[in-house]
Amino acid sequence: MDWSSMVGGSLQQALGAPAIIYCLAAIGLNVHFGYTGLLNFGQAGFMAVAGYALASLVATWGMSFWVGLVVGLALSVVLALLLGIPTLRLRADYLAIVTIAAAEIIRQTIGSVTLLRYFGGQDGLQQFVGTFQGLNPFHNSVTIGITTWRPYDFWLLVVGWTVVALCCIVVYLLMRSPWGRVLKAIREDEDAVRSLGKNVYAYKMQSLVIGGLIGALAGFMSALQNSSIVPSQFATDTTFFAYTVLLVGGAARVLGPVVGALIFWFLITFLDAFFGDATQGAHPLIPTWIMSNDQASVMRLIVMGLALMLLMIFRPQGIFGDRRELAIDAR
Amino acid sequence: MRVRLTAIAVLALVLLGFVLAGTATAQAATPTVGPAPRAATPARAAAAAPATADDVIHIKGKLIDTRFTPPRPVAGVKISVSQGSKLVGTATSDSKGSFSIPIGNGATVLGETFTVKIDTSTLPKGTALRDPKKVELKQRILLSSDVFITFPIGNNPNPPTSTAIQGVQLFTDGIVFSLLLAMASLGLSMIFGTTGLVNFAHGELVTFGALIAFAVDDLPGTIQIAGANITIFVGILAAIVLSALFGWFQDRVLWRPLRHHGTGVIAAMIVTIGLGIFLRNLYQYFAGADNHQYSQYATPTPWHFGQVLVTPKEVAVAAFSAVVLVAVTLALSRTRIGKATRAVADNPALAASSGINVDSVISVVWAGGAALAGLAGVLLGMTQGFDYQLGFKILLLIFAAVVLGGLGTIWGAVVGSFVIGIFINVSTLVVPAELKFTGALAVLIIVLLVRPQGLLGRAERVG
Repeated sequence: MDWSSMVGGSLQQALGAPAIIYCLAAIGLNVHFGYTGLLNFGQAGFMAVAGYALASLVATWGMSFWVGLVVGLALSVVLALLLGIPTLRLRADYLAIVTIAAAEIIRQTIGSVTLLRYFGGQDGLQQFVGTFQGLNPFHNSVTIGITTWRPYDFWLLVVGWTVVALCCIVVYLLMRSPWGRVLKAIREDEDAVRSLGKNVYAYKMQSLVIGGLIGALAGFMSALQNSSIVPSQFATDTTFFAYTVLLVGGAARVLGPVVGALIFWFLITFLDAFFGDATQGAHPLIPTWIMSNDQASVMRLIVMGLALMLLMIFRPQGIFGDRRELAIDAR
Repeated sequence: MRVRLTAIAVLALVLLGFVLAGTATAQAATPTVGPAPRAATPARAAAAAPATADDVIHIKGKLIDTRFTPPRPVAGVKISVSQGSKLVGTATSDSKGSFSIPIGNGATVLGETFTVKIDTSTLPKGTALRDPKKVELKQRILLSSDVFITFPIGNNPNPPTSTAIQGVQLFTDGIVFSLLLAMASLGLSMIFGTTGLVNFAHGELVTFGALIAFAVDDLPGTIQIAGANITIFVGILAAIVLSALFGWFQDRVLWRPLRHHGTGVIAAMIVTIGLGIFLRNLYQYFAGADNHQYSQYATPTPWHFGQVLVTPKEVAVAAFSAVVLVAVTLALSRTRIGKATRAVADNPALAASSGINVDSVISVVWAGGAALAGLAGVLLGMTQGFDYQLGFKILLLIFAAVVLGGLGTIWGAVVGSFVIGIFINVSTLVVPAELKFTGALAVLIIVLLVRPQGLLGRAERVG
């Protein structure tokens, strides 16, 4: 068992693009769920819309990378409005069902054979990162401690964590403003806020749009990560992973998603590497009648599902959350 | 807290044992072919696509048979590309159904028009183009990148039947699917009605039933009574009983303690998501990622009613589920426990104060709802085969049906299922088959816009 390479590989994931993607998605969900109490189960839809807007405008229609970014952000705002108008006046569970349905509609539509010539079907799109690659100031591999990064990955990492930092600052400033306090009040008691003359519907909508925009940034990162984009990147599980990230770190805490993403990706990759290693070779550590190498690959998801359940039951505030501030388990 | 922790540990262990006992044989008999699909997990989702080194433009495509879910690749079909009368290249679709034909350098072919032709005589037996007239596609090269084209392959409408006949056929198929969907939806709606829990792990109850029946089916030998092979009926019975137990067990060790602790709706919803991910992957762990078929009735010969085809299996499945649905709805409206269920759904506090044991009613609802879902799972598996994601794939349709009819209403779930089940089948007359689920989900969103309480729900002001 090669512990140092397992730890190294896990660190690579925890500091690299996967963690950044889920961190951004979770920051968006934090605005929705942590601060406003909106149960958005369609974050993957926001990511898909933005990611595919960028990829298809560049790869299919030959437009500039920057136009792709702007259109991606604009479309995620449109999506937020489309989802919010029918559901924000209804109970929380309706928003959950509609958002999860919308995300599936988006994923199935962009992956369809009918629209193959625009979105590439299940094989997705490639060759749209030229501009981003051109801006890369790093020409050699970068080694930090026991991790080594290829130039493109390191450039992505620098840009990604900068975006994460900016998002955290924005969320911090927003949430300590009077506007942010209204959001938190809506989360705790909607009727009380309404009785004070606030337009709860408008506040919820603004929150949905802002969280969706941050989700769009996660979609861009997801597209840039491997310089390619496929529909399976935006499956329903993507949203659920982001929720786990948020709940591990602690909802309604500015740095919750960041810590959550680091821990989540480290553990997930480590578990995968561990079980993969333990079932490999002629004489595996875990006998094959208990676990084959194929079965090892689903272990991390089994553990994750169990962790999400237990976390929600025993420590809904996550690692850094404050149970008194956020009474998730009482709603 | 301690008690609950042990309870959950026990739940996990017993579940493990349950499924292990059930499907260990399945695993042994059908070794997973190839690497387990990891594509759904984000870290590995997108392998970098092979870049084409030169700037030769290819006409590419993938031939898939859309009658199956997931669609199956069609191999060994000849495709040719010509420019005017000049043949540019030919290719044969490989085992993945893919083909790729180089047509020349980017600069030389830009703006030119090519004709892509499929040789229908090389199509495997039983498959045909969905549109038999579309054997040729004209493709103008506008970008200097590879071009993707497709020939939809599916049911052979031979001879091209009228839209009316097709409509009737799809309507019949829709009825069968609706009945199965209705059973799954009724379970979800009953549980929501009595406990307020939106159960995102309901699909896993559906899969559970299919897996149990498969485990019975997969046991060596057959079960016979008077010379007739009744293995599948024993499987169905086992699925109903074990699903009911599974539902009852879930309520006792997980949901009842959470209810008593005062866990809110939203927190409980997230717990169901965790449970769903856990169970789904546990199923994959034991049953693998393959598509399974039950051994009996694998290739039925259809009955002809005019030009409409119905298999005896479909008739049996439909009749059986219709009987079950009628029995359940009658039980809910006539029997004592049925009345108690509706009383709890209406107002738990009032029901408790009039002497109804709310907890035991909810346990019964969980057992009944899970049994219905499990039965739906077996019957779905019988009509279309199944894998570990069977229930997860139809979960959103169940939600659509339940919300459409009115969350928590008994008849609403049934009516909603029929609307959704028939809609997704008949809509394939105009919508590509691969997008039929999308249409149903769009209907869900539109209904929420105009009538949020659903077709049969009572209007109430929320916010």
